[in-house]
Order: sequence, then structure tokens, then C-alpha cells
Amino acid sequence: MIPAPSPGQGDDKIISVRNLRFTYEGGVVAITDLSIDIRKGDYVALVGGNGSGKTTFAKNLNGLLRPSSGIVTIRGRDAARTAVPELAKIVGYAFQNPDYQLFCATVEEEVRFGPLNLGYSEDDIRRKVERALDAMNLQHLRDKPPLSLRLGERRRVSIASVIAMDPDIFILDEPTTGLDTEESDMLMQKLQNLNVEGKTIILITHDMRLVSEHAKRVVVMSVGRIILDSDPRGAFSDLEILRRSNLEPPAVTKLAHALKDKGIPADVISPQELVFHLLRGGESR
Amino acid sequence: MKALELKDVRFKYRGSDNWALDSVSLVVEKGEFITVLGCNGSGKSTICLLANGLVPHAIQGDFEGSVEIFEKPVMGRTVAEIATKVGIVFQEPESQLFCMSVEEEVAFGPENLAVPRHEIRERVEWALELVGMKGYNDRSPFSLSGGQKQRVAIAASLSMHPDMLVLDEPAYALDPIGRHDLYSVLRELKGKHGMTVILAERDAEEAAAFSDRIVIMNKGKVVDVGPPRDTLRNPDKLKRMGIQPPQLSEVASLLNARLSTSKYSFLTVDEAESTITREIIGRGGVVRK
Repeated sequence: MIPAPSPGQGDDKIISVRNLRFTYEGGVVAITDLSIDIRKGDYVALVGGNGSGKTTFAKNLNGLLRPSSGIVTIRGRDAARTAVPELAKIVGYAFQNPDYQLFCATVEEEVRFGPLNLGYSEDDIRRKVERALDAMNLQHLRDKPPLSLRLGERRRVSIASVIAMDPDIFILDEPTTGLDTEESDMLMQKLQNLNVEGKTIILITHDMRLVSEHAKRVVVMSVGRIILDSDPRGAFSDLEILRRSNLEPPAVTKLAHALKDKGIPADVISPQELVFHLLRGGESR
Repeated sequence: MKALELKDVRFKYRGSDNWALDSVSLVVEKGEFITVLGCNGSGKSTICLLANGLVPHAIQGDFEGSVEIFEKPVMGRTVAEIATKVGIVFQEPESQLFCMSVEEEVAFGPENLAVPRHEIRERVEWALELVGMKGYNDRSPFSLSGGQKQRVAIAASLSMHPDMLVLDEPAYALDPIGRHDLYSVLRELKGKHGMTVILAERDAEEAAAFSDRIVIMNKGKVVDVGPPRDTLRNPDKLKRMGIQPPQLSEVASLLNARLSTSKYSFLTVDEAESTITREIIGRGGVVRK
């Protein structure tokens, strides 16, 4: 077992979880035994089938759920002993369904709500709101009622309202479900920008293509535990593990696996890469 | 026989400024498996609603043109009558499940058609077996996984013995394996039962392999109709319409461009593997380890 970290230790671990167990009222065990460290600035894809425990795990990080046992340490502080509003300044959470968190009359009010409730000064609030509206490309929609917007725009409002609280960690639960390619690409680009600024991103998804294109690290969950923790290539080269966790690799990865004994690497994650490997020999002749 | 015929159909939802469908003409033959591909707002859901009469009968708006379902005009018929011919399955299975057990759920349709009791029992068993949910009769639908719920919703449609099944993004809320299992059921409906199927999707990765034709929609118009091999061969064009092209189409298109040919098109991993092994690797395309 990994030793429990001492709070305030001088490393860049922003999240540290030791032997987390979570049982819902009624006895359903959603997390059996989970330990993980996440460094500041990491981009983690948390993947697994429906019911694998990924959303429950995420809610244990921001205090929406409290561990049944085990320790969650966020930036050196024990999450169980930290009030939810305090945690909210560090861990931002955007729900899968943006409509669960949208309730104000305008986009601007929606985005103001977080920092207002965290007690920032009016100047600070204004600055945070402008930055969040810019980051999610929402300036032109600031006076609109959030619920009148398209799904992709509502998702961006819900993420902007998280950005406005300026957390170090962003947890996004299936942010691209139901979005078109264009909207999805735009949103993922915005998340990439946050990561480049040094924010830690935890992306909950079962879209393997998204994972292959964006994440630095893939954590695969199945029935309440982590069954694989690796870089995206490592995750895609283990078809058995993916199947066990109700995931499917992208078609091009399946094709690369089928061609493995012909000299194609099994961890190919894009069509461009596969074609490069296929034609490499031909080009050099 | 024509299962569905749309002639110059235009439809605008009440309160909307845009035509959801604009001058759409389309014929679906009985026994065909048609995938309607498009992004949000392309009109694919409206096609689904037209195919069972919900548009224009239950959902109001401006309607022009003509719709025939199994060669009879929808005007003058009721949704209830059309429902005996056409089953529909929506994105979220929760929106159409409401009974206490899987069996009640699947029996609900035929009960309301006053089908004799012993026949209802046969239909329930047949439908549950077809969707791979045999033995789940007494389970509560709400205790099932998303994929299982969606398969129960399909069984509940099938027990009405429809001549056509319409599915609007049925894999939307499912994880990849749930999606895979759902597609196996659809493949079997086509292969073994010759069911007429209209499937609306935003992603044709799986459906490409067994759709007879693909209808590509953009901004309320049909922009392309044809076999998957033709309609999916230009990934860039699909991307411009907000549709994620199948990765295998991308591989084929890159090979075509690099080898100055147009002969490659792959609909399945197996097909791609054997063609690539034979024609590219077999000719020394890859550096061997």
C-alpha cells in the first residue's frame, strides 16, 4: 500500500486519494478501494462504462459526496474536513447535464453567481466574470437567458460559471455528449487552453477518440476501482482491459491491432498515423 | 412496396423561424435499412417523427408536401393506427419506459391492441429473445443498465409487430459496449427478420457496415443518398457538415490521396485488414520489424 501523504509536503501533487471507499445509502458500493495521485497541470481522462463509479469518484473530490472511508486530500487539505464552499474555490465541477446547474435569468448572472457567493469584492467578481465569458466565447450571449441557448452554448455557460470561481482543478462530466463535431472541437480547444494555463483537468468520458486526442493520462475504472492508469497509447494497446471496462477502442486502433503481426504498432490512435505506418516502407523504396 | 415516401415535404415547428425540413423527397423501400446521418438541427429527428405520423398529427407546425406510410397518405389517419405499423425508439430510454416490470413494459403495446393473452405471451418472449433480454421478465426496467433499458424499449416496440422500426439516436446515452450490443440487435433485425429500419445517427462508424443506404442531411435538406461506400467516401465533406466521418473512411481516403487512386473504401475493420494485407503490405508497404 502506498503511504499516506503528509499534508503540505513540497511536491506538486494537487489531489491525493488513499483507499477511498464509497457506499450509497441503501448499500450500493460505488467505489470499492481507490488510490491515486494527480499532479498539478495534469490532463486526466477518467473513463469506464456506465456504472463504473467515475462520477461517484469525481463527486468525492469536490465534497458533493463524502468518503465512506479513506482519505481525499486536495492541495494538502483533507477534503472531508473542508467546507464545500472552500473546496469549490479549488475544485470546479461541470455536470453532465448543464441544465442541472443553470437557473439565472441571463448568462452573465449565471456566471456571476459563483464568485458572488464565494464573497469576492465587486471588482474581483467583474474581472472573473469577464475572463470566464471570454474563455468560453460567450460575450455575445451575455444578456440571453441560458435556457434559451443551444446545448453546446449551455455547456459553455456551465463551464464558464466554473471558470469564474477560478478553481485549480476542473472536473468535466461528459462535456461533449450530444454536441456536434464543430461544437465539440471548440469546447475541447477551450479546455486545452485552460490546461496550458496550468489548470488540472479531469475529463470524464467514454469517448475514446476524445481521450486519444486530448488526455495526457488515462485512468480506466471498472466496478468501483481503477484497473488501468497509463498514457493514452498504453491504454489503447490493451484491448482486453478496455473490453472489461465496457469500452471500445477507436476503429483505427482495432485495425492496427488486426495488422499487428504485419509490423504495425498496436498503439496507433489516428487514421493519419496508421497510414503513415502503412506507407513508410513504400516511400523509402 | 414503399415503406415511406416523402414528396417535397417542408416542416416548420411552431415558434421556430426556420424550416426544419425543406423540400425533402425520399423513398424507403420495405425491408431496407436506412441510416439518416446529420448533425444537430439537420432535420434527422424530424424525418423520424414524420415516419410514424407524429409530425404533423401530434406535433404542430407549418406542414407542406405529402407523406405516405406503406403507400397510404398519413392525412386522414391517426397516430394510433400508424403506431400499429411503425414503432419508434427515442434517445433516452427513460422517456418511454414506465411499467413496474420488463414483461409489463413489453406487453403494454399488444395489450392495448387487444391481442389475445396467449399471443401476447408469445410476442413478449419473442421480442425479449430478439433483443437479448430473455429471462429479465420480472426485473424493474429502472434497475437495468442504459443499454439494457434501450433494448427493452426496442422489445416494447417489436411486440406490436410493426412493419417498420424508427430509431432516433438510440445509442445516445449508452457506453461503448451498450452501443455495440444495440447495434448487434439492429443488425439481427435486418439480417434475420428483414425489418424495415430507419436509424437517425450523428456517427456512422457502426451503421456503415450494414446500412443499405445512407441519407445525409444538412440544414433541413437531403444532400446525399446512396450506399455507404459512396456517401461516406469523402470525410472532409462530412466534417464540413458537422458530421464525424468514420475513421475507416478517413484511412481509405488518405490512402487514396497518397497512392493517387480512388479504389479504397472500407466499411469494416475486417475488410480493411484483408485489403491492406493483400494490396499494401503484400507489396512491401511496411518496414518489417
